[in-house]
Amino acid sequence: MKKCEAFIIGGSAGSLDVLLKVLPIINAAIKFPIVIVIHRKHGTDSLLPDLLSSRTKLKVKEVDEKEPLIAGTIYIAPSDYHLLIEQDRTFSLDYSEKINYSRPAIDVTFQTAAEVYKEKLACLLLSGSNSDGVNGLKTVKLWGGTALIQDPKTAQVAYMPAQAQANVKIDSVLSIEDIAEFINLLS
Amino acid sequence: MELSVINDDHVEVLLSDLLEQYGYDFTGYSKASLKRRIARLYSLDRAVSFAEFRYKINNDSLYFKRFVEQITVNVTEMFRDPSFFKTLRDVVLPKLGTYPFIRIWLAGCSTGEEAYSISIILKELNLLHKSLIYATDLNPIVLEKAAQGMFGMNSMKQYSENYILSGGLKDFSSYYTANYSLAKFDDELKSKIIFSTHNLVSDYSFNEFQLILCRNVLIYFDRELQQKVLNLFDESLEELGYLALGSKETINFSGITDKYKRLDSEKIWRKMER
Repeated sequence: MKKCEAFIIGGSAGSLDVLLKVLPIINAAIKFPIVIVIHRKHGTDSLLPDLLSSRTKLKVKEVDEKEPLIAGTIYIAPSDYHLLIEQDRTFSLDYSEKINYSRPAIDVTFQTAAEVYKEKLACLLLSGSNSDGVNGLKTVKLWGGTALIQDPKTAQVAYMPAQAQANVKIDSVLSIEDIAEFINLLS
Repeated sequence: MELSVINDDHVEVLLSDLLEQYGYDFTGYSKASLKRRIARLYSLDRAVSFAEFRYKINNDSLYFKRFVEQITVNVTEMFRDPSFFKTLRDVVLPKLGTYPFIRIWLAGCSTGEEAYSISIILKELNLLHKSLIYATDLNPIVLEKAAQGMFGMNSMKQYSENYILSGGLKDFSSYYTANYSLAKFDDELKSKIIFSTHNLVSDYSFNEFQLILCRNVLIYFDRELQQKVLNLFDESLEELGYLALGSKETINFSGITDKYKRLDSEKIWRKMER
């Protein structure tokens, strides 16, 4: 891909373990922001950034609305809001209807980011039990971005990446070990 | 939504139409969300072309109403964020209860779930008789729904749980009568609510309040419009009054922040004396 300017990770059931394994190996000098959108129960806000923060030297924070995306920072989508990316490369939040029974919906973040970063965007879909993110990856491809999935064989719940594989032209299928290496090579 | 049928230029065209044709100014709204909402409606209503879609918005006043209802987000809940409502119940409203009369402005009330939630707390604190809730929204259609006080039965389990977590001690079902798929809330609860249209973008301050709630509305506005609306709230709030925002919203970037002191845990600020 062309120079990566944003890397977005979506996941649901079984994705937290992957993040906990991958984050410690990500190079602290990466030159793009990482955005993490995972489904979780409303009201468990403060725990996830702390948990992930303990596994990496990169700055980890929950997104504040209207905040600009900064390279070298890991952003976590707040629970119970959709997370969107604006043309001026700031975040915005939206409390509209759930999509794929989910809020945040991975599709929303993938799709809005696709139009902003175009071919300089990479999106990775991890383990999960519904098909959120699949339409998002389609949009990413339409705008020239890179679509990645966790190898369904390595996923605790294979359904989500398998759905993506069946419906989208995926650029790379990555084992858990390969994910961090792939990200590090982008910078 | 694939390679979007609605592009940024379309959005700009529609926004300037709305302003010229109807005087509704959405130009300060966050674009990504607005564009998604417009594209969603476009495909939901199976518009044939952008030209036809635009023509209908500009020439069919009923469709225009639908358009405004659909591009604004009207999703809400009763007692959403129970800890917030617990703070209202335990801290804010008892303080305001020492006043002879309590005026509350709920800005962007949508279909009214929060207005009824506040009314329930006021009733339980024995303050409802001396309170008045001005519940406003830019959108007349949602206000009609709000005034009916009927919400889906399928939400009641969730609302009841929220209510209990927010410190409610009664049986939540004592506040409504089940009528097939709808829960009709007691008329007493709306006896102190005035539902009225008010557009935060273009309308002025219309009273002085001791409590202003505007939760999950500012997230749809750009910073400039947020600042303008926060100024409007500041003008409309008495000294020592409270301003309550949504869990991800803040006044910190704004020019009013120095006058306000935040309550510990929630997104509630108190306007300090000069």
